[in-house]
Amino acid sequence: MQKLGDFKLPHFFNYPPYFTLQPVRETREKQIQLWKELILDYCRTQKIFVIKLEEEFPLFSNSAIERTLSHEAREAFLSDLVAEGRAEWLDKGRRSCLILWHRIQDWADIIVNFVKDNGFEDSVMTVEEIRSGIESRGTSIHTFNHVNELDLDKFPFAKGKLAIFKGTSTDDEGIKFSV
Amino acid sequence: MSNFFSKAEVTSSGRPVFLRNEVERHLLSGVDLEPEDYRFSPLKSGILILTTHRLLWLPSSSATTLTSASSIPLASISHIFSKKSLKSVFHSPRIRFQFLVSSDGRVFDPGSGSGSGSSTGSGSRSVVVTAVVRGKGDCDGFLVKFWDSWRARAWESNETTGSGSGLASGSGAGTGTGGGLYSTDGSVRMVGVAGILRKEQEIWESTDKSLQDAFQDLNALMSKAKEMVMLAEKMRQKLLAGTSSQTSGTNDEEMGSKEEMQDWLLSVGIISPVTKESAGALYHQQLSRQLADFVRTPLERAGGMINLIDAYCLFNRARGTELISPDDMLQACSLWEKFDVPVMLRKFDSRVMVIQNKSHSDEEVFARIKSLATKPEALRNGISPTDAAMTLGIAPAMAKEHLLTAENKGLLCRDISPDGFRFYINLFPEIDPFNIYFVKDYGICITWIKAVSTSGKNALLNELIPTFMDLGSHTIVKTAI
Repeated sequence: MQKLGDFKLPHFFNYPPYFTLQPVRETREKQIQLWKELILDYCRTQKIFVIKLEEEFPLFSNSAIERTLSHEAREAFLSDLVAEGRAEWLDKGRRSCLILWHRIQDWADIIVNFVKDNGFEDSVMTVEEIRSGIESRGTSIHTFNHVNELDLDKFPFAKGKLAIFKGTSTDDEGIKFSV
Repeated sequence: MSNFFSKAEVTSSGRPVFLRNEVERHLLSGVDLEPEDYRFSPLKSGILILTTHRLLWLPSSSATTLTSASSIPLASISHIFSKKSLKSVFHSPRIRFQFLVSSDGRVFDPGSGSGSGSSTGSGSRSVVVTAVVRGKGDCDGFLVKFWDSWRARAWESNETTGSGSGLASGSGAGTGTGGGLYSTDGSVRMVGVAGILRKEQEIWESTDKSLQDAFQDLNALMSKAKEMVMLAEKMRQKLLAGTSSQTSGTNDEEMGSKEEMQDWLLSVGIISPVTKESAGALYHQQLSRQLADFVRTPLERAGGMINLIDAYCLFNRARGTELISPDDMLQACSLWEKFDVPVMLRKFDSRVMVIQNKSHSDEEVFARIKSLATKPEALRNGISPTDAAMTLGIAPAMAKEHLLTAENKGLLCRDISPDGFRFYINLFPEIDPFNIYFVKDYGICITWIKAVSTSGKNALLNELIPTFMDLGSHTIVKTAI
């Protein structure tokens, strides 16, 4: 089986048209669907969170058949992921994309569980503390700060579990968990 | 009462089949042929075509198919009565002439070996016919050319060369054979190389003279050009205004003069503003039929489909003089919808226009493309327009159109790379997005994998084959997290 690192590639990865953005609607929809699955799979197994469009990304090229996805194609696939809620653009120029192979809600649950498991309820922590704390315990959410930057709304505020205190700088941001 | 005019052969597009060396000289529409003999039935409202050899009458397209095309050889005409201007206030212009009828009642045709042998007038009668010209058209011009053609006796040079090549009808030259430079009526005969040269000379001289005249006129015209253009514009506006405000109660005469004006404008070079609604000027109709006939041979050579531009070049080259403009070409092709011709104009999504046979089947082409795209070589490397062109036997530009159409139908996928623009058979429908590692052990996917894995750069896929064979149709399923 062809591999990219230790990631197993499907057979159609060697099919040249897979790397050309198809104009015919039906064909294109199928193509986009396959690429989305592949991107999510790859990122999940390789623990990749961010894809930068202008940089080399191993999944977007196949040297065996000498094909590479064009910028237009990459943007098309990632935009579709964003539309589906499985990714977020990190900048307005669409150069950088955060891949949410866990949905945001799942991330939120992970954080809450972490907090519960480690007894951090009812205490105020800074983002930095949480992040390094989580990291040091070996769980897989080391881009916690990215997530925080974006969509605080999506976090379980509504559940009344978190409250954010904004300081004068990012370092001063604190989160209080009341589980 | 049966029709004893000779039957004229007609092509499938309704154009007359011409004899060797026969050239069309003039055309009038809306003509009734009224013989002054009860044994010949009159022919109503057709197109009268004058050629160097015959007078042809074609039924108009609105007539029933029972009336067939008729012809009167100029050789059988013994007298033309009308000499000068035919216009009259009281009735439509008429041309009156007389032709010979042999003893069996048929029109005397000295070209064929029919009837009672070679000499004229033995036991034959003559019939007088009046051609009533009810349509528009240059009657005076027609008459002049009629006289010219009748006097030129072009069929005689035909016959002498014909008998020279050993035709079976021994009495082929009914009138005036034998040697000598002068025919029986005293005019210089156009035979042999000398004849050809003389003919060329005469043509040259007359062209020269008419050119001189034209230039005189041209100078005068140039000084009046501005007025003429204004006048023409006014006419055009009037036509436009007239048609749009027309009620259903317009009488025939007005319609006739409007059509006349359209034709006149057309001859000056101003396209009629109402050509879409009307059936198209007669010129375009005839051109359309002629084009349909002409395009058959190139179509066959090109495998059933030919680029419109290529057809245009070929057609104009064949015409030699009196070239048509691209607009005329387009007009002629669009008129095909209205006639029953075996060819059609087709516009692709890419806006390329082609002429193709009506019998052309897209399905058949797709079947051939599919079989080409599933060959091992094509599975590995795809197909380019050139490959398709060679297989289908058509031009590469046409082949590309077919490939694009096949792509639109979901049969093929495109692959754009530094190697160029290629097409592969479409595998996407076979792939299950919820099970991307799964491959059926039948169908196009496994065929593709097999074909591809035999080439060096895809050798890694070789490992796939045994896996599929062992596990049958239940291979690895992606586990969802």
